[in-house]
Amino acid sequence: MMLPNGWEMVVGLEVHTELKTKTKLFCGCANEFGSAPNSQVCPICLGLPGSMPVLNERAVELAMAIGFALNCTIQDSTFHRKNYFYPDMPKDYQVSQYDLPINARGYLDLPDGSRVSIERAHMEEDTGKTTHLGTSGRIHGADRSLVDYNRSGVPLVEIVSGPDIRNPQQARDYVAELRSILVAIGASDGRMEEGSLRVDANVSVHKPDTPFGTRCEIKNLNSLRSLTRAIEYEALRQIDVLEDGGSIRQETRHWDEDRGETSTLRVKEEAEDYRYFREPDLVDLAPDQAWKDRVLAGLPKLPARRRQDLEALLTNPTDAQRDGVTTVVDLNLDIYVEGVAQAQGDVALAVARAANELAANIEKLANLSVENFVATVAMEQSGQLSATQAKNVLSELLDQGGDPVSVARAKGFEQLSTDSLSATVGELIVANPEEWQRFKDGDDKLAQFFIGLVMKATKGQANGKAVIAELQSRR
Amino acid sequence: MKSALEIAAAVRGGQSALVAVEESLTAIRARNEELNVFLYVDEDGARAAAARVDEQVRRGEDPGLLAGVPIALKDNLCTTGIPTTCSSKILEGWHPPYNATVVDRLVAHGAISMGKTNLDEFAMGSSTENSAFGPTRNPLDPARVPGGSSGGSAAAVASNMTPISLGSDTGGSIRQPAALCGLVGVKPTYGLVPRYGLIAFASSLDQIGPFARSVSDAALLLEAIAGHDPLDSTSLPEPTPSLLAHVADGVAGKRIGLVRELVDGADDDVVRAVTKAVETLKDAGATIVELSIPELHLGLSAYYLIAPAEASSNLARFDGVRFGNRVDGEDVTAMMEATRTAGFGAEVKRRIMLGTYALSAGYFDAYYGQALKVRTRMIEAFATAYQQVDMIIGATTPSVAFEFGSKTNDPMAMYLNDVFTIPTNLAGEAAISVPFGTGEANLPIGVQLLGPGRSEARLFAAARVLEIADGRA
Repeated sequence: MMLPNGWEMVVGLEVHTELKTKTKLFCGCANEFGSAPNSQVCPICLGLPGSMPVLNERAVELAMAIGFALNCTIQDSTFHRKNYFYPDMPKDYQVSQYDLPINARGYLDLPDGSRVSIERAHMEEDTGKTTHLGTSGRIHGADRSLVDYNRSGVPLVEIVSGPDIRNPQQARDYVAELRSILVAIGASDGRMEEGSLRVDANVSVHKPDTPFGTRCEIKNLNSLRSLTRAIEYEALRQIDVLEDGGSIRQETRHWDEDRGETSTLRVKEEAEDYRYFREPDLVDLAPDQAWKDRVLAGLPKLPARRRQDLEALLTNPTDAQRDGVTTVVDLNLDIYVEGVAQAQGDVALAVARAANELAANIEKLANLSVENFVATVAMEQSGQLSATQAKNVLSELLDQGGDPVSVARAKGFEQLSTDSLSATVGELIVANPEEWQRFKDGDDKLAQFFIGLVMKATKGQANGKAVIAELQSRR
Repeated sequence: MKSALEIAAAVRGGQSALVAVEESLTAIRARNEELNVFLYVDEDGARAAAARVDEQVRRGEDPGLLAGVPIALKDNLCTTGIPTTCSSKILEGWHPPYNATVVDRLVAHGAISMGKTNLDEFAMGSSTENSAFGPTRNPLDPARVPGGSSGGSAAAVASNMTPISLGSDTGGSIRQPAALCGLVGVKPTYGLVPRYGLIAFASSLDQIGPFARSVSDAALLLEAIAGHDPLDSTSLPEPTPSLLAHVADGVAGKRIGLVRELVDGADDDVVRAVTKAVETLKDAGATIVELSIPELHLGLSAYYLIAPAEASSNLARFDGVRFGNRVDGEDVTAMMEATRTAGFGAEVKRRIMLGTYALSAGYFDAYYGQALKVRTRMIEAFATAYQQVDMIIGATTPSVAFEFGSKTNDPMAMYLNDVFTIPTNLAGEAAISVPFGTGEANLPIGVQLLGPGRSEARLFAAARVLEIADGRA
């Protein structure tokens, strides 16, 4: 998008990701979403008097993996207490990293070739969740408030970008790429809707070659769509204020997805004084080189490299095929496409089927082996199955398992015999003499017309390539 | 009452653990009302525990180092089944769902908890006058304070209600009452005894430690509770040191530093006792080195920034949301304010305010930040001193036990009571107070022995030399 009158937006993003550990950051309670309220709690994550935190080793490994994936320096770090009173924060302070984060100074390259710097990626604990009962639905004016501490103490990593983002699409690409990386390295399940990935945006506007403007922080961005809409709205709002001779005050703003606008949540002057100081119940975190090396060695191939490798299997990939590859990588379907490539099959067809049919049934993938996917694509490629039949077979395999040959047979998807196809084509030529004449005269476009008729007559069981072969033989 | 070592030996030899338990209950009944030592006496729990120990002995099992020994627990140690109050109204009626690690270790060693003892609210004080449940009296002179904050645990042992007890020491809260009640009191090296289940006052300074009438009993109790705990990230990884075995090692060949700053300002009777203790150690073969560590004078100021700062954060959780007393308000903020206003006493509020201020934006560098620098200098100064000497000697307190109310209106005078004990907490090192002679009104005086981290065995050996010379063998 272009901003009016030469304005430029400057955006930095803070992404919070819950880490996919078995247990919480400082205790042995299960880190699970959706359990009965207050069923995953103990004296430590309830902040009972006398309890003390013990750092989760796996959380440190995942935090380091994030650091490596984002090209950060992994350094010796400390934990601080961030002090403020809130009922869903059991100790009334949050344990977080402050001036010495585990990961510092990295960057993330986006698919469009741009690079966004990463200032830090630090560890902290999540809070509980409060539900306010009453007409307002918010803490003020609530009749009662219920607190669920299952989320209290769940490990988080906060990834802070530099102010390097210049438009909403780039912000979207950044979060999408980051999410893809977090999922790929097993650090996060990347679900924005469930809150396991949360994004805050710092937005300001300025004219190029002038200092950055005053920024506002936008909260409650629960989807990529919210993110782009909110950034665009906020930049335009700030430009309106400035062009009317006003000034921007530094504040935190709330994005209202329904109304499509941001509104003041709190201004900077009201900001809490968090009275940070070193958490005396924890010792310094100083992973030795051997541990760092192990984490680095265990890092899987990252999405950018995987996309590159898959695209290399396609000849002159189209934009649609590139999008397909992105989906394949995001959903971790590479092995299916690679399987087809290894079998010397049609990679473009494999990408299309993986990015559509498999992507739509991601939770059923356990039923479909790579081998059976490769076989199905081969049957479609050779003309044994039509596209419609192939999709149908994949759907059945995903639902029930089994092998494609048996499924095709059970569904009656035996390829139409050449005789039967020939007979059908003959009938259709007789019924459409004008079109047939034009085809014979060299109008190739009419092949599609006849294929459509054949498909209709055979309820999609014919193979397009076979129909063309039959038409050509009679031309 | 017999010593812990004697009781454990008798119980192992077949004497019922109930004998010592009933003796303890009789002593508690005799004087608890007068002295206000125990906030909660766990009569049923103690008898049941004694029966379990007896059963172990009958089966031929060894119940442990503290077989059948009655013990009193400062009421800031979490215990299941019975209340833990920190002597604060804000926790009245709360029953922790878990035991402190030290409590579990005591049980594993066959000790028998008689109940929970009074303290200055949240361990903030030096006289036990800050308890929400009334002051504890000094068994040696009920018109005087027992010291604090572990005044109840000190009084329990001094009045023969139990042979040993546990306290916690953040700035002197074990050593000072030990001195004022004529007991041995130990502030172990930071991290030697696990803090899990100790309700935190100032986490970087707090350490649990023993009270006993003898050096040997103190060593025995510390050996039972020391050692790494996976639940406490700050607990030392090394194995538990052998302590009891070294009590008789003596001080021959040891270099002992007499530090001017640990005697300056003390009453004459206290100075005389320290001087006599120095002579005693010299006679026993130690070399005395006179030292000055000027940094020690900075300890009190640094302590009264660091400890309240940590306390302001540690005590935030007492907000009425999840446990303890709650005073309702029209919204959650009002409820928290009303709960904390009603629940905390004046001294606790004073320290929360001090600490909040010291950590505030704009003041952090000048106060908390400076205090941390002083702390670092103190650690370095001690390290330099310990290049010259094996341990340091000084007074534990500036005076013998003082009278009720004599310092309650002057917080600074009260804080000055801890001027000799605070440096050890700031440095995270070890110190012991051992009774040596008497002073004004024939009240006991404590001499303090300080050593580097994990020097407890050495300190016990020196304390034992003084104990014998003092006729307490």
